Amino acid sequence: MSVRVQTADFDVAAALAEMRLASADIGAVVSFIGQVRDINDGDTVNTLTLEHYPQMTERMLASIEKEAQSRWNIVNSLIIHRVGTLKPLDQIVLVAVASAHRGDAFKACEFMMDYLKNQAPFWKKESTPDGERWIEAKTSDTEAQERWQQS
Amino acid sequence: MNIKVLYFARIKESVNYSTEEIALPVDISNINTLKVFLAKRGEIWADLFSGKQVVRAAINHELVDDMMAIHDGDEVAFFPPVTGG
Repeated sequence: MSVRVQTADFDVAAALAEMRLASADIGAVVSFIGQVRDINDGDTVNTLTLEHYPQMTERMLASIEKEAQSRWNIVNSLIIHRVGTLKPLDQIVLVAVASAHRGDAFKACEFMMDYLKNQAPFWKKESTPDGERWIEAKTSDTEAQERWQQS
Repeated sequence: MNIKVLYFARIKESVNYSTEEIALPVDISNINTLKVFLAKRGEIWADLFSGKQVVRAAINHELVDDMMAIHDGDEVAFFPPVTGG
């Protein structure tokens, strides 16, 4: 299990290969990549700046990994999240899960992403031709997390 | 009791700084009473901390609800709902 918060871009192929090759009892690796879109709420997005709460971020992401590990049979997991100023098509986040069988990895990956969206202390500010604005939290993200509390 | 308070994102921009040390009056014992205390500082503070906006809180890097007790030396953080990922 590992967590990285960084300004630099990341190499998905290298990260997944490292996970996959770490153990021969891994039969499945599922990953999610989030990237910056060039349009939001009908407006052109020039840049997206991510602020975070160092110390709490790492702690929260590690606790999300731990929770996923307690719910499913996971061999390994990885969260990489970027901070700083990004532009459209830039990668923001990678969540990857390795397990013996695909079901655990699929579920755990989605679970970790839903919890990250609602609990990890990151805030996005976008720059549009009309100026800068903070992105509002979405109720659909809260609902996505609540699904996991019912099951 | 003395605490450190951190502000993030929109809240940091509103109050115009990111961190401060506060010597709390004895009757301030939890997040809720701290919010009431901060709301009395003026218009910007009242707008943020009187309940009109959703303001999340953390104590020593753990998300907490408004009834969570504050202790001497704690690091308290206030921020808007998170929008990462």
